Amino acid sequence: MREMNGFDEEQIGRLLRLLPPAPEGWVRAAQELPAARAMLDEIVARAEQDAAFRLQLQADLERAVAAAGYEPSPFIVSRLRQLLEAV
Amino acid sequence: MAVEQTDAQLVSRCRDGDPDAWNEFVERFSRYVYAICSRGFRLAQHDAEDVFQEVFARAFERLSELRSDEAVRPWLAQLTRRLCIDRLRLNARDTPSDAEPDEREVDDVLSQLDDAMSVRSALDKVGDPCREILDRFFCRDESYRTIGDLLGIPAGTIASRISRCLDKVRTELDGRGRASRPS
Repeated sequence: MREMNGFDEEQIGRLLRLLPPAPEGWVRAAQELPAARAMLDEIVARAEQDAAFRLQLQADLERAVAAAGYEPSPFIVSRLRQLLEAV
Repeated sequence: MAVEQTDAQLVSRCRDGDPDAWNEFVERFSRYVYAICSRGFRLAQHDAEDVFQEVFARAFERLSELRSDEAVRPWLAQLTRRLCIDRLRLNARDTPSDAEPDEREVDDVLSQLDDAMSVRSALDKVGDPCREILDRFFCRDESYRTIGDLLGIPAGTIASRISRCLDKVRTELDGRGRASRPS
């Protein structure tokens, strides 16, 4: 860490202004990553074993994910698209 | 004073699978990653969101590869920087006006953000109610009246509270400076 002493109150206020909160939805989505990751693993494992499910995913990813009982969030869909390319 | 965990302690808890640690990790670094995307690289909101999620996805997947837990902040900065550049290059293929910002300019912004994170960390150490008052005033741009109404404090006393809280943060930062200086 750089030596921080010497900042006056105006500088401290100015520096605090540089870090506004990220949008709540973004933070929540990032916090849900461990659960999302588990969900992705499940979907990919099922796609590897179930050819019909794999075809459904290829035809309409969002609909197939929702039909299988998962929430097709933009993150899940984009990540799944990447993972399924490898299946 | 609130007890604040070091970055290294937090990373270690994440690696151990502590369910609350990842939430805290995202909470601690979300502003930093967001500021690099939006202030450092001036990404459009939808691009910033994609990069933001990608940074945390990769951080989650690769936290175990981190060589030094203490270096998590520069590691995240580097990861965010690389993904922002990738995004700008991708956009430039469709819209050539999406030029990459000057590297030195980005370095300057990142250096300021590092200072800001240190101030933020001192503020966390000072704890509430100062953290909440300063956060609402400086980071969320709320008025004295809004802060007063939300916290049940007379609006006329907010300015003096802000001043006292800034003084506490400065004292905390000075203490860190003295503690890190060799005797």
